Amino acid sequence: MNHKLCRRSLPQKIGLGRVAWIVLWVLVGVVSARQVDAQSLPQIIEAAQPKMVKIFGGGGLRRLESWQTGFFVSNDGLIVTVWSYVLDNETTVVLSDGRKVSAELVGYHPQYEIALLKVDVEDQPCFTPDSAAKGVSGMTVLAFSNLYGVAAGNEQCSVQTGVVSTIMPLDARRGNRRTSYRGPAIVVDAITSNPGAAGGVITDRQGRWLGLIGRESRTAASNLWLNYAIPADQVAMATDLILAGNTSQAPLGSQAPTEPLTLELMGVVAVPDVVERTPPFIDLVRANSLAETAGLQSDDLIVQVDGQVTTCLKDLKSKLSQIDRDAPVTFMVKRGDDFINVKLQGSGQ
Amino acid sequence: MDVNRCLIRFAVHLLPLVLFCCLTSIPMGNSSSARSQVVENQSTQVQEQARVDVIAQAKPASIAIFSTDGKGGGSGVIVSPDGFALTNYHVVKPCGKWMHCGMPDGQLYPAVLVGIDPTGDVALIKLVGRQDFPVAKLGDSDLVKVGEHCFAIGNPFLLATNFEPSVSWGIVSGIHRYQYPSGTLLEYTDCIQTDAAINPGNSGGPLFNSRGELIGINGRGSFEKRGRVNVGVGYAISINQIRLFWRHLASGRIVDHASLGAIVTADQEGRVVVDDILTTSDAFRRGLRYNDEIVSFGGREIETVNEFKNVLGIFPKGFRVPLVYRREGEQYQTLVRLQGLHTENELAELTQNQAMPSGPRAKSRPAKSSVPVPDSITELLDERPGYANYYFNRRSQELIWNAFLQSGDTRQLPKKWRMQIAVQGMDPVQVAVAPQKAGMQWGESTALLDFEEDLAMQRVPNSSGGLLLAISMWHRLLTEGLDSMGEVFYLGGLPLRESGAIADVLISRDQTLECRFYFDTETRRLLELEVWTDPDADPCELRFLDYRDDRGVSLPYRLLARYGDAFEWDMSIDQYEMDEAAK
Repeated sequence: MNHKLCRRSLPQKIGLGRVAWIVLWVLVGVVSARQVDAQSLPQIIEAAQPKMVKIFGGGGLRRLESWQTGFFVSNDGLIVTVWSYVLDNETTVVLSDGRKVSAELVGYHPQYEIALLKVDVEDQPCFTPDSAAKGVSGMTVLAFSNLYGVAAGNEQCSVQTGVVSTIMPLDARRGNRRTSYRGPAIVVDAITSNPGAAGGVITDRQGRWLGLIGRESRTAASNLWLNYAIPADQVAMATDLILAGNTSQAPLGSQAPTEPLTLELMGVVAVPDVVERTPPFIDLVRANSLAETAGLQSDDLIVQVDGQVTTCLKDLKSKLSQIDRDAPVTFMVKRGDDFINVKLQGSGQ
Repeated sequence: MDVNRCLIRFAVHLLPLVLFCCLTSIPMGNSSSARSQVVENQSTQVQEQARVDVIAQAKPASIAIFSTDGKGGGSGVIVSPDGFALTNYHVVKPCGKWMHCGMPDGQLYPAVLVGIDPTGDVALIKLVGRQDFPVAKLGDSDLVKVGEHCFAIGNPFLLATNFEPSVSWGIVSGIHRYQYPSGTLLEYTDCIQTDAAINPGNSGGPLFNSRGELIGINGRGSFEKRGRVNVGVGYAISINQIRLFWRHLASGRIVDHASLGAIVTADQEGRVVVDDILTTSDAFRRGLRYNDEIVSFGGREIETVNEFKNVLGIFPKGFRVPLVYRREGEQYQTLVRLQGLHTENELAELTQNQAMPSGPRAKSRPAKSSVPVPDSITELLDERPGYANYYFNRRSQELIWNAFLQSGDTRQLPKKWRMQIAVQGMDPVQVAVAPQKAGMQWGESTALLDFEEDLAMQRVPNSSGGLLLAISMWHRLLTEGLDSMGEVFYLGGLPLRESGAIADVLISRDQTLECRFYFDTETRRLLELEVWTDPDADPCELRFLDYRDDRGVSLPYRLLARYGDAFEWDMSIDQYEMDEAAK
């Protein structure tokens, strides 16, 4: 744009001026070519590596790797990764310089299969939502991940290269189940579908982030391993939802309703609460109850109450105790492979 | 004119501004400007052409390896015009002592096994039939950076029936990677990780950087979950590691890797500390103890156990490597001689029976071939237990010894020597040596060797570790020749204590006595002698300096003797007296 403006101001008659401009254009050509070269891949990769983390947690049995990848999205230590069994246990995060820190699970979004961790760091280099770019077919990409757990301690994540093959809605399965995330996916020809690679980042040739490497999955159509990433805007959306869900927890607890909602009142019999963290499965829905009217069914797993994630049966009961029995409430349940929102009208209506 | 001048001035004033605009707006890769698109297209074409050129330059030295029964094989790369080529141990293992090698030009040559490094998964072979083979240019793998372009050439899935190799292009995904031994052998240390496709059959083939320089030998991939095909995670043995092993491999031996004689672990604070140490190890003799922190090793800072293993893995057994360790805040610096990872018997046994568990290769059934061994191969093959191919060991011994004699045949010298020696800080020393006789006198003291008794027990003078024995062995080598030294073999290259320069080492063994002779790789001069009277103790070291022409040969006029860290004699020889008669 600047060039056009400049050219318009160039008087046609003046030979000397014209020569000056030709010289200038040549200079510009040389300089711009140099500048593209100046940003070499090794430099871009070196700048990106401090934003990556190696995550170690649960698993380790039955060929389940106990590690995955993640990356910083805020300079005060917020880490995005995939939601998986690795985060079930206490999670240790290893920074690119080898520092080991324990991480707190901020929250997760089951539909996006994205989790947020928080570690105690300051002035941390990170990929911010503003610094993200959009993946386009044919674009050269870099994939950063700790595939196969190759990198230990201060060793850097593995880097692969490839191009964006296409952007398409994800239609994939893990084992017999469809993956919960069905939004747009950046499909790449770099082989990112490797153990431990999930939670890694895909960037463009300039190191701007495009997406989050998803969990190992196969395409529903051909059963082939799919190399894909969840686009940055989707990750940002999930991050916002998780953060919002988290922040809304505190005020609720301050003013408990005098007549709270209970499972009995809803007409729901949950599975027996036998372990520390019993998943909140519905065992039985009583006939003609509020729950039945709303459409809850036995074997539904209650994953959210009014947008807040329920981690176990105790947690569900505690959340219900914060809700007035007359107020409407929305449950998200997992039924088979699907996530369904169910709205329950208050008992007073 | 005025208008013109005014406009020119205007243009000149605008110039910096325009330049600034151009600089800030153009460089982005996906700039929408049509002009930069043109520049980018041109640069893409330039890059493509550069890639085509560099592949064309690197390809001729890449070879396809086939076992003689045609059932197994892999890839390799030629590194010398007379046909020495590198590949993986697990590629040649099923091939036996010889194999066929297909060149990209369609020619097939027989090749003979030279040396193997079973732990590092490297083998050296020699193609026969030309003296002008195309060779790969060697790079410096320590300069490799993550993100650099690289490419693999090889014979994936043994596709290349016309020997035209396949090329896969990618980037360096990781450096200084450590991959645990697969089975009991095949440990990949300090290796290069790439996303260039490495498939079964690529094993042993070259990994080149974008300038077409050989940076590694491809040999392994992470395959665990996806079956035996590339998943974008391949590993190459660094060419700098192979450089350190080069002379060892050329020795025709089964080469061993090293151990510090100590186990290191990460402690609670993440420091790398000694968890256990053998009291018979050189590290122990140099002062390393339990719980000492490893600060640096082989010139590299050590912060993790993997870093330690990476450094350890690139050295052959016997190398002396600088070590810095810390104890109670004090830092100590020393030179540690690495011991073997296996015993010689263990290694021979492992290479006999080892079932190769992993690594990208096509097939590994031992070749049961009825193809007759060509004469050109038979000439270069000498099967001897404990060696990959003894022919190359014998040849190296002859080359080194004959070159040594070029500066004068010391065997022509009179056999009886007397030396007047001035020793710094001591009374003068007189030494007399003759076949089966050796004596030494200084001040009131004397020392004698009794050749009727076990020489390895006679470490005189006291606390010298056997200085008189060392002088006697040196005298024997010079006056009676290599043949008189007992069982002799060529070890390969080891670094000298002072300079760290690599010297060629011949070892002689006579019962429990072991002598190591260090020869300059260029001048073939004898630089150093170590006499080992006990494999678990320090040797007596004798350095030969100040060579002068004397009696038609070249003789050293300064000897530096050393034993452990306590004994050091700096000896200047005033003159040699030599005669045939006994005194």
